[in-house]
Amino acid sequence: MDVKKQVIAIIAEQAVLEPSDVSMESTLEDLGIDSLGLVESIFAIEEAFDISIPFNANEPEKSDFDISSVATIIAGIEQLVNA
Amino acid sequence: MKRVVITGAGTINALGHDVPQTLAAMREGKCGIGELSLRDVDRLAVKIGAQVRGFEPDKIFNRQQLALYDRFTQFALVAAREALAQSGLEFSGELSAKTGVVLGNSGGGMQTLDENYRTVYEDGKNRVHPFVVPKLMNNAAASHISMEFNLKGPSFTVASACASSNHAMAQAFQMVRHAMSPVMITGGAESMLCFGGVKAWEGLRVMSKDACRPFSATRNGMVQGEGAGVFVFEEYEHAKARGAEILAEVIGFAMTSDAADIVMPSRQGASRAISGALADARINREEVGYINAHGTGTAANDKTECSAVADVFGPHADKLMISSTKSMHGHLIGGTGAVELLACIMALRDGVIAPTIGYEEADPECEMDVVPNQAREAQVDVALSNAFAFGGLNAVMALRRV
Repeated sequence: MDVKKQVIAIIAEQAVLEPSDVSMESTLEDLGIDSLGLVESIFAIEEAFDISIPFNANEPEKSDFDISSVATIIAGIEQLVNA
Repeated sequence: MKRVVITGAGTINALGHDVPQTLAAMREGKCGIGELSLRDVDRLAVKIGAQVRGFEPDKIFNRQQLALYDRFTQFALVAAREALAQSGLEFSGELSAKTGVVLGNSGGGMQTLDENYRTVYEDGKNRVHPFVVPKLMNNAAASHISMEFNLKGPSFTVASACASSNHAMAQAFQMVRHAMSPVMITGGAESMLCFGGVKAWEGLRVMSKDACRPFSATRNGMVQGEGAGVFVFEEYEHAKARGAEILAEVIGFAMTSDAADIVMPSRQGASRAISGALADARINREEVGYINAHGTGTAANDKTECSAVADVFGPHADKLMISSTKSMHGHLIGGTGAVELLACIMALRDGVIAPTIGYEEADPECEMDVVPNQAREAQVDVALSNAFAFGGLNAVMALRRV
C-alpha cells in the first residue's frame, strides 16, 4: 500500500469515516479530529511507518511538519519516509 | 465555623531540601530544571526535568525504612518532619486520636513500578520484592506520616492529577474548619521522574524539550518536577493558646469540574473555581493581591487561565500579580499545589512575590503582571493558589496574611 492510502486509512479510522470520505483538501477540523485525535493519529502514523514526527502540541505552527490539510500531512510523511 | 491557620511548613523539591532554601531560591529566581539523570535517559525525547539533587536517602532512613519507602514517600516524610518540627506539636491522647493526614498524589510509587516492571518484563525474572505493593500504593506516604507521628485521625490520599494537593488541602481545611479535628497534616508528594513516567508524558506531546516559560509567547510546554510539600493546618484558637507561630490563615477554597474534556481546560470551569474561592472566603476580589498560577507553560493552560482570571477580576486583573513558580520547580503533578502554597505564604508573610522565570516575550493572550524573571517586594493581604487538573478538575485555595 502506498503512503497516501495508508495515511488516509489511519485518518479515516480516527475520524470514524470511510477512506473515500477523506479528501486531500480536508483539514483535520473538517473531519472532526480534535487535539487528542491529532496526537493519536500522529502516534498511529509513526508506528505504521516507523518514523518520528517532530510535533509539539504547544507550537504546531513552528513544526516543520505541516498539519493544515490531509495533503500536507501526506507530503510531510513522504519526506520523512524517504529521508 | 473555626478559623484555620498554618503553623508548620516543610518541603523538598528541585529548589531546595527545606523551606528556607526553597524560598531563597524563589526570591533569587533560580531554576531547578536541568538535564535529567535517570536510567535509559538516552531513549527519551524529553531529557529535562526538575529533579531533587543531592538527596541521600540512606543518610536519612534506615535499611528497613528504605525497603518500604518509594521516593515519593521519602519526600513526603522529609517534608513532614520539617513541618511538624516547626509547629512544635507533639501528638498523644485526644490530639493524636483526632489528627490525620490528607495528602495529594497522582502516580503512587512510580519508581517502584518502573523498577519492578523492568525486573519482570525486561530482565525476565519471576520474583519481585515482597514489599512492592505497600511501597507503590499511593496512600503509602500518608500512612507512613501517620505512623511516624502517631496520628490516629482521618487519613487518606486524594488523586486528582495536577489538582491533587489542592484538593487534599481543601479536605484538611474543611476538617479543621468544621471542628472535626483541631489539627490536620496535609499537602502532597510526587516522584514521576523515571523512564516510564517521562515516557508516558512524552506521548501527549505537551512537554518542552528546553525550558518551562509560563505566559511567555515563546512557551512550548511543561516540564516535570518532583518533591513534596507538607503543612500543619491548625485551628486558630488552638494555635494561639499554645503561642504557635502562624505562617498564614487559610480562608477559603472552591472546587469545580469542567465536565467537558479529559485534557483541554475550560475557562468557565477555572473561573467558577476562582470566584467560588472568593465567595467561600467572603472576600471582595479587590482584596486579592497575588495569585500563584497553575501556569504550566502549555499553550492551552496559560491562555485559558489568564482569561478565567480576567473574567473573575474584571479591571482588578490589571492590578494583581500572578506568577507561575513551575518555571523554577517544574510541575510536581500531584504534589504541585503543596509546593506552590509556599510561594503564597512567602507573599503574605514576607512580602516577596516569587517571579515567573524564563519569561521572554509578551503574549497578547496572557496580558497580566506575571512578575517576570525577578521577585518583587509588595504587601499582599490575600493570595490565591490555582490548580486545574487533567480531567477538568479545578481547586483554588485562598489565604490571608495574619
